[in-house]
Amino acid sequence: MPKQGATEGPENAPATGAAKVIETDALIIGAGPAGLFAVFELGMHGLSAHVLDALPQIGGQCTELYPDKPIYDIPGFPRITGAALIARLKEQAGLFDPVYHLRTRALGHETLEDGRHAVTTDTGLRFIAPVVVIAAGGGVLEPKRPPIPGLAAYEGRSVFYAVRDREQFRGRNLVIAGGGDSALDWAIELAPLARRLVLLHRRETFRAAPESVRRMREMVKAGEMDFVLGQIRGLKGGAQAGLEEGALAAVIAAHGGETFEIPAERLLLFFGLAGKMGPLADWGLKMEGHRFVVDPATFQTSCAGLYAIGDACAYPGKLNLILSGFHEAALMAHHAVSRARPEEAHTFMHSTSMALLRDRLG
Amino acid sequence: MVKITFIDPDGKKHEVEAEEGTTLMEAAIRNMVPGIDADCGGACACATCHVYVDPAWAERLPHLLQRSETEEDMLDFAFDVRENSRLSCQIKITADMDGLVVHVPQQQG
Repeated sequence: MPKQGATEGPENAPATGAAKVIETDALIIGAGPAGLFAVFELGMHGLSAHVLDALPQIGGQCTELYPDKPIYDIPGFPRITGAALIARLKEQAGLFDPVYHLRTRALGHETLEDGRHAVTTDTGLRFIAPVVVIAAGGGVLEPKRPPIPGLAAYEGRSVFYAVRDREQFRGRNLVIAGGGDSALDWAIELAPLARRLVLLHRRETFRAAPESVRRMREMVKAGEMDFVLGQIRGLKGGAQAGLEEGALAAVIAAHGGETFEIPAERLLLFFGLAGKMGPLADWGLKMEGHRFVVDPATFQTSCAGLYAIGDACAYPGKLNLILSGFHEAALMAHHAVSRARPEEAHTFMHSTSMALLRDRLG
Repeated sequence: MVKITFIDPDGKKHEVEAEEGTTLMEAAIRNMVPGIDADCGGACACATCHVYVDPAWAERLPHLLQRSETEEDMLDFAFDVRENSRLSCQIKITADMDGLVVHVPQQQG
């Protein structure tokens, strides 16, 4: 995963009591391609922006789901990878000095008496801005959870979706489920630590880096870990196994019509990420499925000053394309500036005639 | 127009009309069929549009079970993958699929 090196503000500390208030022209929720280009478009109109993203790096799906996948429909780029596109968008947005707040999720919203918006985050920030742009795509990308009854009781105790503290796997029977880079990298990394490590995957083929696959097979041959063909079906543990709640005893798996148990005290699941709109869906905005209904002339939602662009918005004829997100960012910014700076006269300008861009870029 | 039926895990049927040349995922999204999330919008990059091709249809049109290498890789991100598993964004609708039945899994993720 390429690190984008986005700045993480010092205020990005966990919530401790009173929220830290940040006033800004615009708050953008989501640092995917639409959100990043919104920084640029708002900047062209003289508005500065803070950008939130739940992930530890900018780029949204482009970085998280398909950094190396070529995209063929970005105007002017016959072929560009997700990671390369984000690097360029970051450079372009950087002209207007956005402040990125990563690992940060938007929680609550209220409209203030003066018409501005207040948005709180899970990191204890409170943003106050006349313009809030929802560029959250399909929502916060979270690890996929298998449909296993009673799973929640084990999560955070014996079932994990990431490795935060490797010590909790030391001397344990550990099952790692999945066949991608995360599953293989952690299997190789944790095998020496675990009492017994079992890699559980549905087929012989892995989509991980060939070098990792080679290393894993070597370790299996040397008896340093086991590879089991199968898919996860359920969990055994807790009171039913004579253990405390959330303690895991075994993973129930199946393959080719046969069901079996693998002893496990810890389980790591690596099935990629899926989007969840989360708290934003409770802001009382008009929605169509998981998307926010907007006026396609302004990209304003059902609440004045709250905008939605990119995959997060819905309007007749909407296409979920990155290039549509760019168009939507431009129209949004054009409307948003009149809201943020009502006292000023606003004239439409082409980038070619902007002195600031000439000065900075030549 | 081609008629497609999505059956959810509770057995509830969602009948939709789809245009030839579009994908099964698009037909589901346009008609808001519950359980087809399609996070990535059809780029074969998320495995949240997983469906099971009805066995009778798999027999009738065996090519409905042919998965590309990319699709096979992406199915590693899905749960309860079976022989008749497909990502609905990778099934292009043709006239001979009129009446096609697919089943929506319990959960996409």
